[in-house]
Amino acid sequence: MSETVAIIDYGSGNLRSAEKAFARAAADAGLSLQVVVTSEADAVRIADRVVLPGVGAFGDCAKGLRALDGMEDALNDAVTHQAKPFFGICVGMQLMAAKGYEHGIHDGLGWLDGNVRALAPADRAMKIPHMGWNTLALADQGRRHPVASVLQADDHAYFVHSYQMELADEDALMGTTDYGGPVTAIVGRDTMIGTQFHPEKSQAVGLKLITAFLEWRP
Amino acid sequence: MLKSRIIPCLDVKDGRVVKGVNFVDLVDAGDPVEQARVYDKAGADELTFLDITASSDKRDILLDVVQRTAEQCFMPLTVGGGVRGANDVRKLLLAGADKVSLMTAAVTNPPVISELAEKFGSQCIVVAVDAKKVSPGRWEVFTHGGRTPTGIDAIAYAQQATALGAGEILLTSMDRDGTREGFDIELTSRIADSISVPVIASGGVGTLDHLVEGVRDGHATAVLAASIFHFGDYTIAEAKAHMKAAGVAVRETAQ
Repeated sequence: MSETVAIIDYGSGNLRSAEKAFARAAADAGLSLQVVVTSEADAVRIADRVVLPGVGAFGDCAKGLRALDGMEDALNDAVTHQAKPFFGICVGMQLMAAKGYEHGIHDGLGWLDGNVRALAPADRAMKIPHMGWNTLALADQGRRHPVASVLQADDHAYFVHSYQMELADEDALMGTTDYGGPVTAIVGRDTMIGTQFHPEKSQAVGLKLITAFLEWRP
Repeated sequence: MLKSRIIPCLDVKDGRVVKGVNFVDLVDAGDPVEQARVYDKAGADELTFLDITASSDKRDILLDVVQRTAEQCFMPLTVGGGVRGANDVRKLLLAGADKVSLMTAAVTNPPVISELAEKFGSQCIVVAVDAKKVSPGRWEVFTHGGRTPTGIDAIAYAQQATALGAGEILLTSMDRDGTREGFDIELTSRIADSISVPVIASGGVGTLDHLVEGVRDGHATAVLAASIFHFGDYTIAEAKAHMKAAGVAVRETAQ
């Protein structure tokens, strides 16, 4: 039976790359699944896997997501009750936190015990946004994680962000990148995983990670 | 650590590449999508399309090009040329661009930068600064491919654009563009050192040492080049190997 992957469209920029990257990863891995881009809560309820992308400011994205009728409930159901595999990307990953401190204080989905705050590299000369390709360092939890562990020490991923998730729950920290100090790059708990970087823009490394997510049976 | 980026730039007119890769093995060398795929495979860190289409009724052709590129290349894509306002930005982002580069519209009406940054996020708003040296230590912003002076100080303008929400500055020395003599390092470092966002150095690359200089001496976080890659003088891999040997951290990709 063919699985369905729902990519949630809540007005946060372009989803074509994400859609095509997930479809390509599935095709290359010989997986029979359907990728749908949707803003319907019901589509999330019947999907087998859920992807939450996100580009822009935390508050705008949270507002956009909540503007979709029933979507927050559907997401909570899908992830915390139905235990469906979930992948948050960039701001979609940040929304997994309790709160975001970008242009005010905004509620996230609250799945992870942490907050999203401005990047503050020790070296003031470092440019913000953190933009470009950076290497990843897996934490112990990441090395044991079925999805995160496909990443290797020399793998580069594409980042573009000015804020990062600061986790209170260290067990949810799967991996970091270095930008004037450790920056949260991969988070996860139970059936959810999230990356600050863009796997859909990270060429072969990104496709490898997406494939691992699609093959994940937690 | 964060790596310095190498960004090839393709000039596109009426949906066709006018300044691009001159590889014999391309089925259709004029197809921007096919060229984008070459660079994607070669390990370019990003790709830029500069649309130089003159007539407005042919502008939508580019959207199709962007769409087909984004379907096949999973790398960051910036599109510039003729972007005027929110409507243009939205169309390009929906087609699959990750960033758009503003030029004339931002020079003539700087508040459009903040309008677009607020609407779409600073991360996707690149402000292109075309600068020409007018006296020692002073550069002026020019428009229309370096033909039209504006009287605006380039350093002050880059600072203003950043303050208004530009996420990145694409800095082109109009004195060096097309000369293959190397970046204007003084200009590049002056601007890179005076703003908080990344600077892409552009204009004048003729050798791989020039790429090194842009980062090492110009303090740019990315280097944009066209002809040295298009004409097969050097590959992306060679450029990265050279930069690495010179001590510039780059993302090396398996060939």
